[in-house]
Amino acid sequence: MTPIQHLGNVDRKKRTSQKVAFGTFTLLSYTVVAILFVILGFIIIKGAKAISWEFLTTAPEEGMTSGGIFPAIVGTLYLVIGSSLISFPIGIMSGIYMNEYATNGKVIRFVRIMTNNLSGVPSVVFGLFGMALFVNALGWGDSIIAGSFTLALMSLPLIIRTTEEALKSIDDSFRHGSLALGATKLQTIRRVVLPMAFPNIITGLILSIGRVSGETAPILFTVAAYFLPHLPKSIFDQCMALPYHLYVISTSGTDIEASRGTAYGTALVLIAIILVVNLLANALRNYFARFARW
Amino acid sequence: MRKFIEKLVEGGLLISGSVSSLAILLIIIFLFKEAGGLFNSPAVEEGYVLALNKENPVKHLSPEKIMDIFDAEITNWEELGGPDEDILVFRFSDLTNYYTEEELGDEFQYVPDKISELVTKEPGIIAFFPQQYLAKDFQGNIISGDKITPADFFCGTEWYPTSTPAPIFGLVPLLLGTLLVSIGAIVIALPFGLAVAIYLAEIANIKTRGLLKPIIELLAGIPSVVYGFFGLVVIVPLIQKVMNLPVGETAFAGSIVLAIMALPTIITVAEDAMRNTPQAMKEASLALGATQWQTIYKVIIPYSISGITSAIVLGIGRAIGETMAVLMVTGNAAIIPTSFFEPVRTIPATIAAELGEAPAGGAHYEALFLLGAVLFIITLVLNFSVEYISSKRKM
Repeated sequence: MTPIQHLGNVDRKKRTSQKVAFGTFTLLSYTVVAILFVILGFIIIKGAKAISWEFLTTAPEEGMTSGGIFPAIVGTLYLVIGSSLISFPIGIMSGIYMNEYATNGKVIRFVRIMTNNLSGVPSVVFGLFGMALFVNALGWGDSIIAGSFTLALMSLPLIIRTTEEALKSIDDSFRHGSLALGATKLQTIRRVVLPMAFPNIITGLILSIGRVSGETAPILFTVAAYFLPHLPKSIFDQCMALPYHLYVISTSGTDIEASRGTAYGTALVLIAIILVVNLLANALRNYFARFARW
Repeated sequence: MRKFIEKLVEGGLLISGSVSSLAILLIIIFLFKEAGGLFNSPAVEEGYVLALNKENPVKHLSPEKIMDIFDAEITNWEELGGPDEDILVFRFSDLTNYYTEEELGDEFQYVPDKISELVTKEPGIIAFFPQQYLAKDFQGNIISGDKITPADFFCGTEWYPTSTPAPIFGLVPLLLGTLLVSIGAIVIALPFGLAVAIYLAEIANIKTRGLLKPIIELLAGIPSVVYGFFGLVVIVPLIQKVMNLPVGETAFAGSIVLAIMALPTIITVAEDAMRNTPQAMKEASLALGATQWQTIYKVIIPYSISGITSAIVLGIGRAIGETMAVLMVTGNAAIIPTSFFEPVRTIPATIAAELGEAPAGGAHYEALFLLGAVLFIITLVLNFSVEYISSKRKM
């Protein structure tokens, strides 16, 4: 074999192994995509049969084997609103502080590690904590307010991080320009930095809504009611919630087989919320990305 | 005035900035405050007394031994280091087998004396009765003053939180269950996760990437209870059928569901790490005649190995803490797992399943908080190791 031929063989071998490797990666990647579509498709097809106007607007009946899921939808809505009222301002302000004010490298590092730790805390630990602090120590009992605080705490890291990243992506020249024109730091943030970072911050907020509406473990012991045909009247009432309702009727309901249809329907509603939230976040991101060329 | 408002707002920002640290601090305080009570709780159910005959040399019984005695697994004191004497188990409800109703009095006023008499009379007795019937001059040896010890909890191999007379809180089966399910999940998820990360970072063109990224994000957004439900109605029956098992709710089912759930974390973190490889390094490798694939595994993967490690650790963290999905598909048998194809129970699933039934302030409640504390510490350690790994990378 001449050296040239030898090189050719090596080359061919290299190419074959590249083809095999890339083929495998592509295949595995599309398997993951397929898994997602199988899950979505399964729940959409099975759930579509259960969905009707009545299903969405009436309370469960006959031991939750029939009827609708209206109280659970309303409960989840309350929890999303309640936790957003708490977590949005605090999370955004925390992000602003981290990116615009904190100057000491050690402090920044410490807070960032703590935020990362908070985002790594398992959801069930948030549930335990919420039960110990809000339900028992503060005496709020199982209530919307206790659940909202627990969920808010859980969604904080996501909001803080996206706010920080949104602010970081804004070029310093804008801040310098504003400051040079005589604006104070706070004016600069309010009039220049925040409006520019707004689209990315909103994306983070929307994603956090998706997360809050699907969480079960934090609300298990802080707010969720097994069955409550009427709607909560105050923030100190318990309420039903979609994820907990799905858990209950698929594992411990009075008649698990009979409530399967309702379970598929509830899962579909949850999936629909997540789909809408994600599509909205993506659309916003793309829409603003088009204008964000400065 | 305006200055004052500015100061006020800045003060508010400062407070908000500290909120996540504050939250971590509060979580630690409340978790450990509730959990610490466990080691002050009596080993025997509260409000009850467990007593032996005075002559009996056995002075201490562990909760497991007490359960074995009351389940008639242990029937002779010799097995517990005592004399060769049959164990006579006496529950309060057995009282009428020994005494007539007249002897006990119409208002049970003689019960304390009679119990004392019985315990003195029977050398092999172990008596379990409510505290209110403890005579003032009780003639037996009360062994229920023992407290639950850290060794009972951390080395305990059984979890029977509602067993009477002595509930058993052993961490080992739950911890092993958690590790088994999580490690299984990572083993399944890793090839997929890394493949997708490499595909996204190096192979896919911008358009494919733009399509795949939102899909991965969507995968991360699906609520865990929906994964659990899907696992319950699809994966569990499938495993049961294909593997021909008596039940499909196994550690394996948990691992599959967790693998899907851990994928987005692994993919995102690993892909970010690979993208951080300097373009110059890649181009140098390609210029030397390496193929793209050789560049990936000889340059990009070694360069981003700490990021890939972080991805794995974060994936494990996600899997260990996951609650609802695991609760729904693993069958929840609190035994030390011997096989991948048997029901197991994880720490978070135990908390979620049992906290609703545990009365606040009781030993069971405190034990569940201690489980939460263990879980919290595990995730904290994982997070700090990620922090450590990524700080090394910068050097």
